[in-house]
Amino acid sequence: MTHDILLVAVMAIVTAAIRFLPFILFSSSRKPPGIVTNLTRLLPAAVMGMLIVYCLRNTNLLAGSHGLPEAIACTAVVISYVWKRNTLLSILIGTILYMVLLQIVF
Amino acid sequence: MKMKTVRRAFLATVPVMAGYLVLGTAYGILLTDKGFPLLFGLVQSLLIYAGSMQFVGINLLAGGASLVQAAIMTLLVNARHLFYGFTMLEKYRDAGKMKPYLIFGLTDETFALVVNEAPAGSDRNLYFLLVTLFDQCWWVTGTLIGCLAGSAISFNTEGIDFAMTALFIVIFTEQIMQADDYLPAVTGVASSLICLLIFGPDSFLIPAMLLISALLTGYSLLCNKKGGPTHDA
Repeated sequence: MTHDILLVAVMAIVTAAIRFLPFILFSSSRKPPGIVTNLTRLLPAAVMGMLIVYCLRNTNLLAGSHGLPEAIACTAVVISYVWKRNTLLSILIGTILYMVLLQIVF
Repeated sequence: MKMKTVRRAFLATVPVMAGYLVLGTAYGILLTDKGFPLLFGLVQSLLIYAGSMQFVGINLLAGGASLVQAAIMTLLVNARHLFYGFTMLEKYRDAGKMKPYLIFGLTDETFALVVNEAPAGSDRNLYFLLVTLFDQCWWVTGTLIGCLAGSAISFNTEGIDFAMTALFIVIFTEQIMQADDYLPAVTGVASSLICLLIFGPDSFLIPAMLLISALLTGYSLLCNKKGGPTHDA
């Protein structure tokens, strides 16, 4: 439990530090260097890609259901999002589909 | 003028309300599902207040991650918030006593609202404060609902953690649809997969983060040198 509280504290402090840093470092007259702004624009897509791999890291392609439920649910999320562009709808469809596949089909 | 500002701020946050209530609920259910008490969820939504990171945090907590691992993960997941800060420097310069809270509450959704100018005829600083405050209220309320629902429902929750995967896939899809440069997205996925193959599922994350940071820093320097494209992904 102590470790859990420390983990939460670390996440809270680092999150706040990131949000406050620009205001501490740069007055409105001093512009941040190009490399910093460039990186903050390049990172989001890369990190999101990394997080998706992280979420699916325990999927075993060689045994069990061969990652089929994951593949189907992910595809459903992408297709429904490209079609309707509704975040909540796609999350709902993907999650329900995945639960059904996992609990009933496979 | 005050009531008008309150009403406008409230209306501005209605779309965020829908999103935060549902995602907050999902977050609360997942957290309770892993055996964490309601108070723990509330504290996190009050003090961390960063949606994606809190979802990732559930895994860090459940997996007993080290503090260094948690710090690096938070740094990378939330690095985009630096950009929000830079963008709001000028606008929040004279925000007054509540400026620290405005900065603390600068999430993706809140940024999307406050980056627009306050409606004409409203108290500007009060408007920004209320938008930030209402948004966090929705997030905390969602968390509360989720934690309560999570401990009340008894159906088979196996697979419900796919909600987090789905959220990230949606964000990623949106980023790709808006991107004029696919290199960051490809770099992220490819580096992670390579590191996953080499280091395995339990320890690939930090190597992957280092590889991504190194590659994108290099790419960024290269763009700067060429005076190349700016990236508005």
